[in-house]
Amino acid sequence: MSEPAVDWPNQLYDCLRAHEVTIFGHVPDAGHKVLINRAYADPAAQSIGLTIESEGIGLLAGAHLGGQRAVLAMQSSGVGNCINLLSLIQIAQFPFVALVSMRGDFGEQNAWQYPMGQATEATLQAMNVRCYWVHQPDDVVPTVTAAVNAAYAANQATAVLLSQKLIGAKPF
Amino acid sequence: MEQASPRVLDRKHAVPKIIGDPNDFLIISGLAGTGKDVGHLSQEAGIQFLMTGAMGAACMTGFGLALAQPERRVLVVTGDAELLMGVGALATIGAEQPSNLAIVCVDNGHNGETGYQPSHTNKGVDLEMIARGAGIQITRTVSTEDQLDDASRAIREGNGPAFIWARVNTDPPPVYKRNLDAVECKLLFRRRLLGQQ
Repeated sequence: MSEPAVDWPNQLYDCLRAHEVTIFGHVPDAGHKVLINRAYADPAAQSIGLTIESEGIGLLAGAHLGGQRAVLAMQSSGVGNCINLLSLIQIAQFPFVALVSMRGDFGEQNAWQYPMGQATEATLQAMNVRCYWVHQPDDVVPTVTAAVNAAYAANQATAVLLSQKLIGAKPF
Repeated sequence: MEQASPRVLDRKHAVPKIIGDPNDFLIISGLAGTGKDVGHLSQEAGIQFLMTGAMGAACMTGFGLALAQPERRVLVVTGDAELLMGVGALATIGAEQPSNLAIVCVDNGHNGETGYQPSHTNKGVDLEMIARGAGIQITRTVSTEDQLDDASRAIREGNGPAFIWARVNTDPPPVYKRNLDAVECKLLFRRRLLGQQ
């Protein structure tokens, strides 16, 4: 993958930090490489590797109870692992921001990625999570800003879906 | 492998003895029995958030809280089946070593809420070994009265995450009617802790 003309991965991280996000829970994915590495390198942030994406639900809820802002970065396949625990977000109206790097989407060459990739948006919506797609580098910062504001100003559950038009599809 | 000792402790006695003053902690409970244990002890007058669902989320909710409040002691009180449903959390906690987080697993060897079906710990699963294998170094197995005071100290030490495997008999948890309005519980928690909203 060549470097994007607009450095959206770094802009995304800067945007989250500007909105006082300090805790970054993640299950690694190539689409979140910059975010994860910058959080590890940032002395004012905590980058927390998770064994499964559902751990991020409790992480975000607990961080909010403690007065800090957290986001969950994962691949679209991980959305399916979160379904029941999103009950916690919905029932207590916890602010929630997920950053979802899409697979099984535009140009995907690994057939195994399609079932969950194609079900990602419907799964999130079924659990009352508002989905915001991003296809263009210029739209990353405004979209993440909208999601963070919806979450932290209006107690909404949000997911930013970073499409494979944005992050690319690797040959498989 | 050594056979685990019989379950003789009554949770209505053992859990309050281990926790001591609930105001020493910010508390997250699991669903069902442990929600009643903590609710009855604290009367929800402290800073606590009791789950009534979201099974498997208690340990990570406590961990997120511990990250956000490094100056406070955070206590997770949860059941064996709730813990096992999110058991990877022990590995995440072991990897991160939050010094202000303690977990008390109240293990009666059964899925009590659903009709006392035997649970995994009734068939040889050792939760203290799992916790130690996950990298949590302060661990205790509590099966007898004389071990309760030591467990109560261990969750207060604060030099690493702590895990207490409290093996209790099948006597029911205390009768307690929880506040089931999760939004109100969240707001009360934050108001008492942060003084805002």
